[in-house]
Amino acid sequence: MIGEVDPVIVNLTVFVLAIFVGYHVVWNVTPALHTPLMSVTNAVSGIILVGAMLAAGPAETDWGVWLGAAAVTLAAINVFGGFLVSQRMLEMFKKKDKKGNA
Amino acid sequence: MSANLVALAYLVASVFFILALKGLSSPESARRGNLFGMIGMAIAVATTLTLTQNWILILGCIAVGGLIGAIVAQRVQMTAMPELVAFMHSLVGLAAVFIAIAAVNNPVSFGLPAVLPAGSKLELFLGTFIGAMTWSGSVIAFLKLSGRMSGTPIVFSGQHAVNLLLALAMVGCGLWFFFSETTNWTAFIAMTAIAFVLGFLIIIPIGGADMPVVISMLNSYSGWAAAGIGFSLGNPMLIIAGSLVGSSGAILSYIMCKAMNRPFLSVILGGFGSDGGTAAVDSGEQKTYRSGSADDAAFLMGNADSVIIVPGYGLAVARAQHAVKELAEKLHEKGVNVRFAIHPVAGRMPGHMNVLLAEAEIPYEQVQEMEEINSDFSNTDVVLVLGANDVVNPAAYVSGSPIYGMPILDAHKARTVMVVKRSMAVGYAGLDNDLFYMDKTMMIFGDAKKVVESMVKAL
Repeated sequence: MIGEVDPVIVNLTVFVLAIFVGYHVVWNVTPALHTPLMSVTNAVSGIILVGAMLAAGPAETDWGVWLGAAAVTLAAINVFGGFLVSQRMLEMFKKKDKKGNA
Repeated sequence: MSANLVALAYLVASVFFILALKGLSSPESARRGNLFGMIGMAIAVATTLTLTQNWILILGCIAVGGLIGAIVAQRVQMTAMPELVAFMHSLVGLAAVFIAIAAVNNPVSFGLPAVLPAGSKLELFLGTFIGAMTWSGSVIAFLKLSGRMSGTPIVFSGQHAVNLLLALAMVGCGLWFFFSETTNWTAFIAMTAIAFVLGFLIIIPIGGADMPVVISMLNSYSGWAAAGIGFSLGNPMLIIAGSLVGSSGAILSYIMCKAMNRPFLSVILGGFGSDGGTAAVDSGEQKTYRSGSADDAAFLMGNADSVIIVPGYGLAVARAQHAVKELAEKLHEKGVNVRFAIHPVAGRMPGHMNVLLAEAEIPYEQVQEMEEINSDFSNTDVVLVLGANDVVNPAAYVSGSPIYGMPILDAHKARTVMVVKRSMAVGYAGLDNDLFYMDKTMMIFGDAKKVVESMVKAL
Protein backbone atom coordinates (compact mmCIF):
# COMPACT_ATOMS: atom_id res chain seq x y z
CA MET A 1 0.00 0.00 0.00
CA ILE A 2 1.20 3.53 -0.69
CA GLY A 3 2.06 5.34 2.50
CA GLU A 4 0.89 4.44 5.97
CA VAL A 5 -2.76 3.82 6.80
CA ASP A 6 -4.11 5.76 9.75
CA PRO A 7 -4.84 3.30 12.61
CA VAL A 8 -8.29 4.87 12.89
CA ILE A 9 -9.10 3.55 9.41
CA VAL A 10 -7.93 0.08 10.40
CA ASN A 11 -10.12 0.22 13.51
CA LEU A 12 -13.03 1.41 11.41
CA THR A 13 -12.56 -1.59 9.11
CA VAL A 14 -12.66 -3.94 12.09
CA PHE A 15 -15.71 -2.11 13.45
CA VAL A 16 -17.75 -2.37 10.24
CA LEU A 17 -16.89 -6.03 9.70
CA ALA A 18 -17.70 -6.87 13.31
CA ILE A 19 -21.14 -5.27 12.95
CA PHE A 20 -21.82 -7.51 9.96
CA VAL A 21 -20.73 -10.57 11.90
CA GLY A 22 -22.91 -9.53 14.84
CA TYR A 23 -25.87 -8.93 12.56
CA HIS A 24 -25.73 -12.40 11.04
CA VAL A 25 -24.98 -14.25 14.24
CA VAL A 26 -27.72 -12.55 16.25
CA TRP A 27 -30.47 -13.13 13.69
CA ASN A 28 -29.81 -16.84 14.14
CA VAL A 29 -30.45 -16.73 17.86
CA THR A 30 -33.69 -18.51 18.69
CA PRO A 31 -36.32 -16.13 20.19
CA ALA A 32 -36.73 -18.43 23.20
CA LEU A 33 -33.16 -17.54 24.20
CA HIS A 34 -33.44 -13.77 23.85
CA THR A 35 -33.13 -13.20 27.59
CA PRO A 36 -29.96 -15.31 27.88
CA LEU A 37 -28.73 -13.47 24.77
CA MET A 38 -29.05 -10.22 26.68
CA SER A 39 -27.24 -11.53 29.72
CA VAL A 40 -24.45 -13.06 27.63
CA THR A 41 -23.98 -9.85 25.66
CA ASN A 42 -24.02 -8.06 28.99
CA ALA A 43 -21.11 -10.17 30.13
CA VAL A 44 -19.33 -9.66 26.82
CA SER A 45 -19.66 -5.89 27.09
CA GLY A 46 -17.85 -6.37 30.38
CA ILE A 47 -14.82 -6.64 28.06
CA ILE A 48 -14.46 -3.00 28.98
CA LEU A 49 -12.67 -4.58 31.95
CA VAL A 50 -9.60 -4.62 29.72
CA GLY A 51 -9.66 -0.84 29.41
CA ALA A 52 -10.27 -0.53 33.14
CA MET A 53 -7.24 -2.71 33.89
CA LEU A 54 -5.05 -0.47 31.75
CA ALA A 55 -6.35 2.56 33.64
CA ALA A 56 -5.53 0.87 36.95
CA GLY A 57 -2.20 -0.40 35.60
CA PRO A 58 0.46 2.30 36.06
CA ALA A 59 2.82 1.88 39.03
CA GLU A 60 2.59 5.59 39.86
CA THR A 61 -0.60 5.71 41.84
CA ASP A 62 -2.64 8.85 41.23
CA TRP A 63 -6.40 9.40 41.29
CA GLY A 64 -6.66 8.08 37.73
CA VAL A 65 -5.49 4.69 38.95
CA TRP A 66 -8.14 4.64 41.67
CA LEU A 67 -10.76 5.55 39.10
CA GLY A 68 -9.45 2.67 37.00
CA ALA A 69 -9.67 0.35 40.01
CA ALA A 70 -13.31 1.36 40.52
CA ALA A 71 -13.98 0.64 36.85
CA VAL A 72 -12.30 -2.78 37.20
CA THR A 73 -14.67 -3.64 40.06
CA LEU A 74 -17.75 -2.52 38.13
CA ALA A 75 -16.75 -4.38 34.99
CA ALA A 76 -15.91 -7.52 36.98
CA ILE A 77 -19.44 -7.54 38.47
CA ASN A 78 -20.71 -7.50 34.92
CA VAL A 79 -18.45 -10.23 33.61
CA PHE A 80 -19.04 -12.66 36.47
CA GLY A 81 -22.67 -11.76 37.02
CA GLY A 82 -23.46 -11.92 33.31
CA PHE A 83 -21.84 -15.26 32.55
CA LEU A 84 -23.01 -16.95 35.75
CA VAL A 85 -26.62 -15.85 35.45
CA SER A 86 -26.62 -16.94 31.81
CA GLN A 87 -25.33 -20.33 32.87
CA ARG A 88 -28.04 -20.58 35.50
CA MET A 89 -30.72 -19.74 32.95
CA LEU A 90 -29.35 -22.06 30.28
CA GLU A 91 -29.28 -24.94 32.78
CA MET A 92 -33.04 -24.46 33.12
CA PHE A 93 -33.47 -24.79 29.39
CA LYS A 94 -31.54 -28.04 29.54
CA LYS A 95 -33.52 -29.75 32.33
CA LYS A 96 -36.40 -30.00 29.87
CA ASP A 97 -35.07 -33.07 28.09
CA LYS A 98 -35.20 -35.15 31.25
CA LYS A 99 -38.60 -33.89 32.29
CA GLY A 100 -40.00 -33.95 28.78
CA ASN A 101 -41.21 -37.55 28.93
CA ALA A 102 -42.82 -37.15 32.36
CA MET B 1 4.73 -10.09 26.13
CA SER B 2 5.32 -8.52 22.75
CA ALA B 3 2.68 -6.30 21.22
CA ASN B 4 2.12 -8.84 18.45
CA LEU B 5 1.49 -11.67 20.89
CA VAL B 6 -0.97 -9.50 22.79
CA ALA B 7 -2.80 -8.66 19.57
CA LEU B 8 -2.97 -12.35 18.61
CA ALA B 9 -4.32 -13.35 22.03
CA TYR B 10 -6.96 -10.63 21.66
CA LEU B 11 -7.88 -12.04 18.25
CA VAL B 12 -8.42 -15.49 19.79
CA ALA B 13 -10.59 -13.94 22.51
CA SER B 14 -12.64 -12.12 19.87
CA VAL B 15 -13.30 -15.37 18.02
CA PHE B 16 -14.50 -16.94 21.27
CA PHE B 17 -16.96 -14.07 21.76
CA ILE B 18 -18.40 -14.63 18.30
CA LEU B 19 -18.73 -18.37 19.04
CA ALA B 20 -20.46 -17.50 22.32
CA LEU B 21 -23.26 -15.69 20.50
CA LYS B 22 -23.39 -18.30 17.79
CA GLY B 23 -24.02 -20.97 20.42
CA LEU B 24 -27.29 -19.31 21.37
CA SER B 25 -28.90 -20.40 18.10
CA SER B 26 -30.28 -23.45 19.91
CA PRO B 27 -30.80 -24.46 23.56
CA GLU B 28 -28.55 -27.51 23.04
CA SER B 29 -25.47 -25.53 22.04
CA ALA B 30 -26.17 -22.52 24.25
CA ARG B 31 -24.30 -23.69 27.34
CA ARG B 32 -21.22 -24.47 25.29
CA GLY B 33 -21.52 -20.98 23.80
CA ASN B 34 -21.61 -19.43 27.24
CA LEU B 35 -18.50 -21.42 28.14
CA PHE B 36 -16.76 -20.05 25.04
CA GLY B 37 -17.60 -16.57 26.23
CA MET B 38 -15.99 -17.25 29.60
CA ILE B 39 -12.87 -18.66 27.94
CA GLY B 40 -12.60 -15.62 25.70
CA MET B 41 -12.92 -13.32 28.69
CA ALA B 42 -10.29 -15.27 30.65
CA ILE B 43 -7.83 -15.00 27.75
CA ALA B 44 -8.50 -11.28 27.41
CA VAL B 45 -8.01 -10.59 31.12
CA ALA B 46 -4.89 -12.76 31.48
CA THR B 47 -3.30 -11.10 28.45
CA THR B 48 -4.08 -7.61 29.67
CA LEU B 49 -2.65 -8.41 33.07
CA THR B 50 0.80 -8.74 31.51
CA LEU B 51 0.56 -5.10 30.41
CA THR B 52 -0.11 -3.77 33.89
CA GLN B 53 1.90 -3.36 37.06
CA ASN B 54 -0.57 -3.11 39.92
CA TRP B 55 -1.44 -6.79 39.97
CA ILE B 56 -2.54 -6.88 43.57
CA LEU B 57 -4.84 -3.91 43.16
CA ILE B 58 -6.30 -5.19 39.90
CA LEU B 59 -6.77 -8.80 40.98
CA GLY B 60 -8.21 -7.60 44.28
CA CYS B 61 -10.78 -5.46 42.46
CA ILE B 62 -11.64 -8.32 40.10
CA ALA B 63 -12.11 -10.62 43.10
CA VAL B 64 -14.41 -8.15 44.86
CA GLY B 65 -16.43 -7.41 41.71
CA GLY B 66 -16.50 -11.08 40.76
CA LEU B 67 -17.79 -12.08 44.16
CA ILE B 68 -20.56 -9.48 44.05
CA GLY B 69 -21.46 -10.58 40.53
CA ALA B 70 -21.53 -14.25 41.50
CA ILE B 71 -23.74 -13.62 44.52
CA VAL B 72 -26.16 -11.52 42.51
CA ALA B 73 -26.28 -14.13 39.72
CA GLN B 74 -26.98 -16.87 42.26
CA ARG B 75 -29.69 -15.07 44.17
CA VAL B 76 -31.66 -13.17 41.55
CA GLN B 77 -35.24 -14.31 40.97
CA MET B 78 -36.01 -15.18 37.37
CA THR B 79 -38.92 -12.73 37.49
CA ALA B 80 -36.39 -10.00 38.32
CA MET B 81 -34.23 -10.68 35.27
CA PRO B 82 -35.13 -7.40 33.49
CA GLU B 83 -33.98 -5.36 36.50
CA LEU B 84 -30.74 -7.28 36.72
CA VAL B 85 -29.99 -6.72 33.06
CA ALA B 86 -30.72 -2.99 33.37
CA PHE B 87 -28.51 -2.84 36.47
CA MET B 88 -25.63 -4.47 34.61
CA HIS B 89 -25.99 -2.14 31.64
CA SER B 90 -25.59 0.76 34.00
CA LEU B 91 -22.30 -0.68 35.30
CA VAL B 92 -20.82 -0.90 31.80
CA GLY B 93 -21.81 2.70 31.16
CA LEU B 94 -20.27 3.97 34.37
CA ALA B 95 -17.08 1.95 33.84
CA ALA B 96 -16.76 3.45 30.35
CA VAL B 97 -16.99 6.96 31.80
CA PHE B 98 -14.36 6.18 34.46
CA ILE B 99 -12.00 4.74 31.87
CA ALA B 100 -12.41 7.74 29.58
CA ILE B 101 -11.70 10.17 32.44
CA ALA B 102 -8.64 8.15 33.42
CA ALA B 103 -7.48 8.20 29.80
CA VAL B 104 -7.82 11.98 29.60
CA ASN B 105 -5.90 12.25 32.88
CA ASN B 106 -3.04 9.92 31.91
CA PRO B 107 -3.04 9.04 28.20
CA VAL B 108 0.43 7.45 28.38
CA SER B 109 -0.78 4.50 30.45
CA PHE B 110 -3.06 3.55 27.55
CA GLY B 111 -0.25 3.80 25.02
CA LEU B 112 -1.56 7.16 23.75
CA PRO B 113 0.62 10.26 23.23
CA ALA B 114 0.91 12.55 26.29
CA VAL B 115 -0.87 15.32 24.41
CA LEU B 116 -4.04 13.76 23.05
CA PRO B 117 -4.30 13.86 19.26
CA ALA B 118 -7.54 15.10 17.72
CA GLY B 119 -8.69 11.61 16.75
CA SER B 120 -8.34 10.25 20.29
CA LYS B 121 -10.19 13.25 21.68
CA LEU B 122 -13.12 12.59 19.37
CA GLU B 123 -13.16 8.90 20.33
CA LEU B 124 -12.98 9.66 24.04
CA PHE B 125 -15.82 12.13 23.60
CA LEU B 126 -17.96 9.46 21.92
CA GLY B 127 -17.08 6.78 24.48
CA THR B 128 -17.84 9.09 27.40
CA PHE B 129 -21.18 10.42 26.29
CA ILE B 130 -22.51 7.04 25.21
CA GLY B 131 -21.26 5.59 28.50
CA ALA B 132 -22.80 8.38 30.57
CA MET B 133 -26.17 8.09 28.82
CA THR B 134 -26.10 4.31 29.20
CA TRP B 135 -25.50 4.69 32.90
CA SER B 136 -28.22 7.18 33.76
CA GLY B 137 -30.73 5.70 31.30
CA SER B 138 -30.19 2.24 32.77
CA VAL B 139 -30.58 3.52 36.31
CA ILE B 140 -34.02 4.89 35.40
CA ALA B 141 -34.90 1.67 33.58
CA PHE B 142 -33.81 -0.30 36.65
CA LEU B 143 -35.92 1.86 38.99
CA LYS B 144 -38.96 1.52 36.72
CA LEU B 145 -38.58 -2.23 36.21
CA SER B 146 -38.07 -2.98 39.88
CA GLY B 147 -41.12 -0.92 40.79
CA ARG B 148 -39.08 1.58 42.84
CA MET B 149 -40.31 4.21 40.41
CA SER B 150 -43.71 4.35 38.75
CA GLY B 151 -43.83 2.86 35.28
CA THR B 152 -46.08 5.64 34.02
CA PRO B 153 -44.36 7.97 31.60
CA ILE B 154 -43.22 11.33 32.95
CA VAL B 155 -43.95 13.97 30.36
CA PHE B 156 -43.80 17.75 30.46
CA SER B 157 -44.32 20.35 27.77
CA GLY B 158 -41.25 21.28 25.78
CA GLN B 159 -39.61 17.99 26.72
CA HIS B 160 -38.22 17.32 23.27
CA ALA B 161 -37.01 20.92 22.95
CA VAL B 162 -35.15 20.62 26.26
CA ASN B 163 -33.57 17.36 25.16
CA LEU B 164 -32.54 18.87 21.85
CA LEU B 165 -30.99 21.92 23.54
CA LEU B 166 -29.08 19.69 25.95
CA ALA B 167 -27.86 17.52 23.10
CA LEU B 168 -26.64 20.61 21.25
CA ALA B 169 -24.95 21.92 24.39
CA MET B 170 -23.27 18.56 24.82
CA VAL B 171 -21.96 18.56 21.26
CA GLY B 172 -20.83 22.17 21.80
CA CYS B 173 -18.80 21.16 24.86
CA GLY B 174 -17.42 18.27 22.85
CA LEU B 175 -16.23 20.66 20.13
CA TRP B 176 -14.75 22.95 22.78
CA PHE B 177 -12.84 19.98 24.22
CA PHE B 178 -11.87 18.91 20.73
CA PHE B 179 -10.38 22.26 19.67
CA SER B 180 -8.62 23.12 22.96
CA GLU B 181 -4.84 22.95 22.68
CA THR B 182 -4.36 21.50 26.15
CA THR B 183 -6.58 19.13 28.11
CA ASN B 184 -9.76 21.11 28.69
CA TRP B 185 -11.24 19.58 31.83
CA THR B 186 -14.06 22.12 32.09
CA ALA B 187 -15.40 21.17 28.69
CA PHE B 188 -14.96 17.45 29.33
CA ILE B 189 -16.69 17.44 32.70
CA ALA B 190 -19.51 19.69 31.46
CA MET B 191 -20.08 17.37 28.52
CA THR B 192 -20.16 14.29 30.75
CA ALA B 193 -22.58 15.96 33.18
CA ILE B 194 -24.94 16.93 30.34
CA ALA B 195 -24.80 13.38 28.98
CA PHE B 196 -25.82 12.03 32.40
CA VAL B 197 -28.82 14.38 32.55
CA LEU B 198 -29.78 13.55 28.98
CA GLY B 199 -29.79 9.83 29.78
CA PHE B 200 -32.30 10.45 32.59
CA LEU B 201 -34.52 12.67 30.48
CA ILE B 202 -34.63 10.30 27.54
CA ILE B 203 -35.88 7.34 29.58
CA ILE B 204 -38.36 8.99 31.99
CA PRO B 205 -41.11 9.54 29.36
CA ILE B 206 -41.08 5.90 28.27
CA GLY B 207 -43.77 3.74 29.85
CA GLY B 208 -43.59 0.32 31.48
CA ALA B 209 -44.68 -1.92 28.62
CA ASP B 210 -42.25 -0.25 26.23
CA MET B 211 -39.46 -1.49 28.47
CA PRO B 212 -38.54 -4.41 26.16
CA VAL B 213 -37.48 -1.82 23.60
CA VAL B 214 -35.70 0.37 26.13
CA ILE B 215 -33.77 -2.47 27.67
CA SER B 216 -32.71 -3.74 24.25
CA MET B 217 -31.67 -0.24 23.26
CA LEU B 218 -29.59 0.20 26.41
CA ASN B 219 -28.06 -3.21 25.73
CA SER B 220 -27.04 -1.83 22.37
CA TYR B 221 -25.68 1.39 23.92
CA SER B 222 -23.54 -0.51 26.39
CA GLY B 223 -21.96 -2.32 23.44
CA TRP B 224 -21.30 0.90 21.54
CA ALA B 225 -19.76 2.38 24.70
CA ALA B 226 -17.32 -0.54 24.85
CA ALA B 227 -16.58 -0.16 21.14
CA GLY B 228 -16.02 3.58 21.63
CA ILE B 229 -13.47 2.89 24.36
CA GLY B 230 -11.91 0.33 22.00
CA PHE B 231 -11.45 3.07 19.41
CA SER B 232 -9.85 5.37 21.99
CA LEU B 233 -7.40 2.69 23.04
CA GLY B 234 -6.85 1.36 19.53
CA ASN B 235 -7.91 -2.08 20.75
CA PRO B 236 -9.64 -4.18 18.05
CA MET B 237 -10.90 -6.75 20.57
CA LEU B 238 -12.91 -4.12 22.42
CA ILE B 239 -14.22 -2.88 19.09
CA ILE B 240 -15.27 -6.39 18.00
CA ALA B 241 -16.87 -7.35 21.31
CA GLY B 242 -18.58 -3.96 21.58
CA SER B 243 -19.94 -4.14 18.03
CA LEU B 244 -21.32 -7.65 18.60
CA VAL B 245 -23.21 -6.42 21.65
CA GLY B 246 -24.24 -3.22 19.91
CA SER B 247 -25.72 -4.98 16.91
CA SER B 248 -27.36 -7.59 19.13
CA GLY B 249 -29.17 -4.91 21.12
CA ALA B 250 -30.13 -3.05 17.96
CA ILE B 251 -31.64 -6.18 16.40
CA LEU B 252 -33.60 -6.95 19.58
CA SER B 253 -34.96 -3.38 19.63
CA TYR B 254 -36.02 -3.81 16.03
CA ILE B 255 -37.77 -7.13 16.75
CA MET B 256 -39.57 -5.64 19.76
CA CYS B 257 -40.75 -2.57 17.83
CA LYS B 258 -42.01 -4.74 15.02
CA ALA B 259 -43.93 -6.92 17.48
CA MET B 260 -45.66 -3.80 18.79
CA ASN B 261 -46.09 -2.38 15.32
CA ARG B 262 -44.65 0.92 16.46
CA PRO B 263 -41.84 2.92 14.89
CA PHE B 264 -38.66 2.92 16.97
CA LEU B 265 -38.66 6.71 17.06
CA SER B 266 -42.13 6.90 18.58
CA VAL B 267 -41.15 4.48 21.35
CA ILE B 268 -38.02 6.48 22.12
CA LEU B 269 -39.82 9.82 22.09
CA GLY B 270 -42.07 8.26 24.70
CA GLY B 271 -45.34 9.35 26.26
CA PHE B 272 -47.22 6.27 25.03
CA GLY B 273 -49.78 4.99 27.49
CA SER B 274 -49.78 8.20 29.51
CA ASP B 275 -53.36 8.93 28.53
CA GLY B 276 -54.35 5.49 29.75
CA GLY B 277 -58.07 5.04 30.22
CA THR B 278 -59.26 7.90 28.06
CA ALA B 279 -59.22 5.79 24.94
CA ALA B 280 -61.33 3.17 26.66
CA VAL B 281 -64.48 5.26 26.79
CA ASP B 282 -65.06 4.96 23.06
CA SER B 283 -68.79 4.34 23.22
CA GLY B 284 -71.25 5.03 25.95
CA GLU B 285 -72.93 1.67 25.72
CA GLN B 286 -72.63 -0.72 28.61
CA LYS B 287 -70.89 -3.87 27.49
CA THR B 288 -71.56 -7.10 29.32
CA TYR B 289 -69.14 -9.82 30.11
CA ARG B 290 -69.42 -13.23 31.68
CA SER B 291 -67.39 -14.06 34.74
CA GLY B 292 -66.78 -17.46 36.19
CA SER B 293 -64.90 -19.24 38.92
CA ALA B 294 -61.64 -21.10 38.79
CA ASP B 295 -63.56 -24.36 39.34
CA ASP B 296 -65.71 -23.81 36.24
CA ALA B 297 -62.58 -23.06 34.25
CA ALA B 298 -60.83 -26.16 35.53
CA PHE B 299 -63.83 -28.27 34.57
CA LEU B 300 -63.87 -26.90 31.04
CA MET B 301 -60.14 -27.37 30.57
CA GLY B 302 -60.22 -30.87 32.00
CA ASN B 303 -62.76 -31.91 29.38
CA ALA B 304 -61.05 -30.22 26.46
CA ASP B 305 -58.85 -31.91 23.88
CA SER B 306 -56.49 -29.00 23.44
CA VAL B 307 -55.57 -26.00 25.59
CA ILE B 308 -53.29 -23.10 24.74
CA ILE B 309 -52.00 -20.96 27.58
CA VAL B 310 -51.06 -17.35 26.78
CA PRO B 311 -48.81 -15.94 29.51
CA GLY B 312 -48.16 -12.23 29.94
CA TYR B 313 -46.56 -9.80 32.33
CA GLY B 314 -49.26 -10.56 34.92
CA LEU B 315 -47.81 -14.06 35.25
CA ALA B 316 -44.40 -12.61 36.08
CA VAL B 317 -45.87 -10.15 38.60
CA ALA B 318 -47.80 -12.89 40.38
CA ARG B 319 -44.82 -15.32 40.10
CA ALA B 320 -47.31 -17.90 38.94
CA GLN B 321 -44.95 -19.91 36.72
CA HIS B 322 -44.67 -22.89 39.08
CA ALA B 323 -48.42 -23.05 39.62
CA VAL B 324 -48.90 -22.95 35.85
CA LYS B 325 -46.53 -25.84 35.42
CA GLU B 326 -48.59 -27.91 37.85
CA LEU B 327 -51.71 -26.99 35.95
CA ALA B 328 -50.12 -28.03 32.66
CA GLU B 329 -49.01 -31.34 34.17
CA LYS B 330 -52.44 -32.09 35.60
CA LEU B 331 -54.06 -31.40 32.24
CA HIS B 332 -51.43 -33.47 30.49
CA GLU B 333 -52.25 -36.43 32.74
CA LYS B 334 -55.87 -36.11 31.67
CA GLY B 335 -54.77 -36.43 28.05
CA VAL B 336 -55.21 -32.76 27.19
CA ASN B 337 -52.79 -31.33 24.64
CA VAL B 338 -51.35 -28.30 26.46
CA ARG B 339 -49.19 -25.72 24.75
CA PHE B 340 -47.94 -22.23 25.53
CA ALA B 341 -48.08 -19.34 23.07
CA ILE B 342 -45.51 -16.58 23.52
CA HIS B 343 -45.91 -13.14 22.03
CA PRO B 344 -42.55 -11.47 21.34
CA VAL B 345 -43.27 -8.55 23.69
CA ALA B 346 -44.90 -10.56 26.48
CA GLY B 347 -43.24 -9.50 29.72
CA ARG B 348 -40.72 -6.77 30.25
CA MET B 349 -37.79 -7.97 28.17
CA PRO B 350 -37.21 -10.11 25.08
CA GLY B 351 -37.64 -13.79 25.93
CA HIS B 352 -38.85 -13.03 29.47
CA MET B 353 -41.72 -15.58 29.39
CA ASN B 354 -39.53 -18.33 27.96
CA VAL B 355 -37.14 -18.03 30.88
CA LEU B 356 -39.93 -18.10 33.46
CA LEU B 357 -41.49 -21.18 31.89
CA ALA B 358 -38.06 -22.79 31.65
CA GLU B 359 -37.50 -22.08 35.34
CA ALA B 360 -40.71 -23.95 36.13
CA GLU B 361 -39.34 -26.84 34.04
CA ILE B 362 -41.98 -26.71 31.37
CA PRO B 363 -40.58 -28.63 28.38
CA TYR B 364 -39.65 -26.18 25.66
CA GLU B 365 -41.34 -28.29 22.99
CA GLN B 366 -44.61 -27.13 24.56
CA VAL B 367 -43.61 -23.48 24.34
CA GLN B 368 -44.21 -21.95 20.94
CA GLU B 369 -43.64 -18.59 19.32
CA MET B 370 -46.42 -16.56 17.77
CA GLU B 371 -45.75 -17.52 14.13
CA GLU B 372 -45.60 -21.21 14.96
CA ILE B 373 -48.85 -21.42 16.85
CA ASN B 374 -51.11 -18.69 15.53
CA SER B 375 -52.83 -20.83 12.90
CA ASP B 376 -53.70 -23.46 15.53
CA PHE B 377 -55.97 -21.27 17.66
CA SER B 378 -58.99 -21.84 15.40
CA ASN B 379 -59.04 -25.56 16.17
CA THR B 380 -58.23 -25.23 19.85
CA ASP B 381 -60.88 -25.91 22.48
CA VAL B 382 -59.75 -23.59 25.26
CA VAL B 383 -57.37 -20.64 25.43
CA LEU B 384 -56.29 -19.54 28.89
CA VAL B 385 -55.00 -15.96 28.92
CA LEU B 386 -52.89 -15.33 32.02
CA GLY B 387 -52.09 -11.71 32.70
CA ALA B 388 -51.89 -10.68 29.05
CA ASN B 389 -54.08 -8.07 27.42
CA ASP B 390 -52.96 -6.01 24.43
CA VAL B 391 -51.22 -8.95 22.75
CA VAL B 392 -54.58 -10.74 22.38
CA ASN B 393 -56.68 -7.69 21.51
CA PRO B 394 -58.54 -8.32 18.25
CA ALA B 395 -58.72 -4.53 17.78
CA ALA B 396 -55.39 -5.00 16.01
CA TYR B 397 -57.43 -6.17 13.01
CA VAL B 398 -59.72 -3.11 13.03
CA SER B 399 -58.40 -0.29 10.90
CA GLY B 400 -58.40 2.99 12.77
CA SER B 401 -57.61 1.37 16.10
CA PRO B 402 -54.44 2.69 17.79
CA ILE B 403 -52.94 -0.78 17.68
CA TYR B 404 -54.12 -1.57 14.13
CA GLY B 405 -51.58 -3.77 12.40
CA MET B 406 -49.89 -5.03 15.54
CA PRO B 407 -49.29 -8.77 15.26
CA ILE B 408 -51.39 -10.50 17.93
CA LEU B 409 -52.02 -14.00 19.18
CA ASP B 410 -55.36 -15.04 17.66
CA ALA B 411 -56.87 -16.16 20.97
CA HIS B 412 -60.32 -14.92 19.84
CA LYS B 413 -60.45 -17.70 17.23
CA ALA B 414 -60.52 -20.49 19.80
CA ARG B 415 -63.79 -22.18 20.79
CA THR B 416 -63.65 -20.98 24.38
CA VAL B 417 -61.53 -18.20 25.86
CA MET B 418 -60.75 -17.83 29.54
CA VAL B 419 -59.06 -14.70 30.80
CA VAL B 420 -57.47 -14.46 34.23
CA LYS B 421 -57.19 -10.82 35.18
CA ARG B 422 -57.27 -8.65 38.28
CA SER B 423 -60.05 -6.38 37.02
CA MET B 424 -61.61 -5.06 33.84
CA ALA B 425 -58.97 -2.29 33.69
CA VAL B 426 -57.49 -1.47 30.31
CA GLY B 427 -54.07 -2.69 29.23
CA TYR B 428 -50.99 -0.63 28.53
CA ALA B 429 -52.27 0.69 25.22
CA GLY B 430 -55.22 2.20 27.11
CA LEU B 431 -57.62 0.25 24.94
CA ASP B 432 -60.67 -1.75 25.78
CA ASN B 433 -60.32 -5.37 24.70
CA ASP B 434 -63.29 -6.78 22.75
CA LEU B 435 -62.05 -10.27 23.47
CA PHE B 436 -63.33 -9.88 27.04
CA TYR B 437 -66.89 -9.23 25.86
CA MET B 438 -67.23 -12.09 23.41
CA ASP B 439 -69.94 -14.68 24.09
CA LYS B 440 -67.41 -17.45 24.30
CA THR B 441 -65.22 -15.62 26.79
CA MET B 442 -65.22 -16.23 30.51
CA MET B 443 -63.47 -13.78 32.83
CA ILE B 444 -61.90 -15.09 36.00
CA PHE B 445 -60.94 -12.27 38.33
CA GLY B 446 -58.08 -12.52 40.79
CA ASP B 447 -54.38 -12.88 41.25
CA ALA B 448 -52.97 -15.15 38.53
CA LYS B 449 -51.15 -17.39 41.00
CA LYS B 450 -54.13 -17.89 43.34
CA VAL B 451 -56.51 -18.55 40.45
CA VAL B 452 -54.19 -21.10 38.86
CA GLU B 453 -53.62 -22.80 42.20
CA SER B 454 -57.36 -23.22 42.75
CA MET B 455 -57.68 -24.56 39.19
CA VAL B 456 -55.07 -27.19 40.04
CA LYS B 457 -57.00 -28.14 43.16
CA ALA B 458 -60.26 -28.42 41.24
CA LEU B 459 -58.68 -30.78 38.73
